[in-house]
Amino acid sequence: MFRRRDRVSDPVTIWFCDRAIEAVADDSVAAALLAAGIACFGRTPVSGAPRAPFCMIGNCFDCLVEIDGETNLQACLVTVRDGMRIRSHPGNGPGDDSEKGKA
Amino acid sequence: MKHLDIAVIGGGLLGSAFAYGLSADGGRVGLIDEGDHAIRTARGNFGLVWVQGKGLNMPDYARWSLRSAYAWTPFSEQLHAQTGISVEYHRPGGFYVSIDEQEFADNLALLKQLRNEAGEDGYDYEIVEPSALRKQLPEIGPAVPGATYCPHDGHANPLKLLRALQEGFQLNGGVYTPRARVTHIVPLKSGGFEIHCDGGHRFGSDKLVIAAGHGSAELGHHLGMEIPIFPVQGQVVVTERAQMTMAYPTNYVRQTDDGNYLLGPSARDVGFNDETETTTLRDITRRCTTAFPHLKRLRVQRTWAALRIMTPDGFPVYLQSEAYPEAFSFSCHSGVTLAAVHATDVSRWVLDGQIPSRYRCFHPERFNVPA
Repeated sequence: MFRRRDRVSDPVTIWFCDRAIEAVADDSVAAALLAAGIACFGRTPVSGAPRAPFCMIGNCFDCLVEIDGETNLQACLVTVRDGMRIRSHPGNGPGDDSEKGKA
Repeated sequence: MKHLDIAVIGGGLLGSAFAYGLSADGGRVGLIDEGDHAIRTARGNFGLVWVQGKGLNMPDYARWSLRSAYAWTPFSEQLHAQTGISVEYHRPGGFYVSIDEQEFADNLALLKQLRNEAGEDGYDYEIVEPSALRKQLPEIGPAVPGATYCPHDGHANPLKLLRALQEGFQLNGGVYTPRARVTHIVPLKSGGFEIHCDGGHRFGSDKLVIAAGHGSAELGHHLGMEIPIFPVQGQVVVTERAQMTMAYPTNYVRQTDDGNYLLGPSARDVGFNDETETTTLRDITRRCTTAFPHLKRLRVQRTWAALRIMTPDGFPVYLQSEAYPEAFSFSCHSGVTLAAVHATDVSRWVLDGQIPSRYRCFHPERFNVPA
């Protein structure tokens, strides 16, 4: 879905739902997940609709994730750090760690 | 210059409801909208379609709100059928939740007085004790002494309502012009009006509806109309989405179809200042978490302040220009509740060219009575 414009430098490893992802030092978490092909960060609590970042600038709240145990963080506003563990926001249904990001 | 049968100035909830209702008649209707840098009074909407507790000392307003609540079901169904947009209207009835004994007593007294004033037109409400209330609203807090229930109350999604009205308007053949702030309205000797806007737009129209929120007061002056309105700041708090727990809207908390809770609304008199302020936000959240303690577990996603329309007595100001009877002006703060009658009854008044005498009660002449 997305591809990086620049060659990967300063690689860091982050984890989304126990899957290792190669990211770049200045990536936002949202950008790193999208670049890794993750299209569903979580599901809405009522209808179960899949959600992914919409605005990338902190407005839409559709990129909510849990990072290192802290819930309800906007993935687009957090910069990756080596070893970071990311999960779907627990208020939401599970995200999708598949390459295709469907379902 | 475009010529219109009817020009509606203002693309908020009022203007869009009129544009939608007026365009259904088949004439050439234009909606002229300043744009999103305008003071959007509709940003303060909480989404309640509410009857309970409204209209003290003005039974006509209580009746008007009730009439709109009845009209809301066919109105929202028609919007859905026409535009494919669900405005998420639900009318399970609503609870007015009191958070202490004094407030509860005041509310009961208010409803009783409204009932007396309304005579035969009084609506039903029930007094609900805490044990019964817990069955309907399981998350209700232990401090709540009771609530009142009115079966006519409901809620809707104001954002989708605005979108559906503007979509329906355009499907009816109406022409929406954004980024067009009206600077001058010139009544023509030959009848009708010329409307000048920033950005070079000019319109001619036979009839004119001013529904420009806070801009209405000044635009009214162009036609000799005094429109007594002023801003009241309302703040709203939105939480993250959560599982559905609230089957009913209440006076200051409701849960949307997406699971977000809306908390509020507040009222502050701070002129045209639209910045949020923590004391008010604290009061809103304190009150709402007293009523519904489970809200404490949720995070707030967004807060904002909006400048709602207020009139000296809080009731609508509906006005037809005496000098130029083809011009009307409508102002009120209940843009959601009254959307159904604005799109039907009020639009009909404009088409017929006259506000019926029974609705003269909303004329601002009521403020001029000597004390």
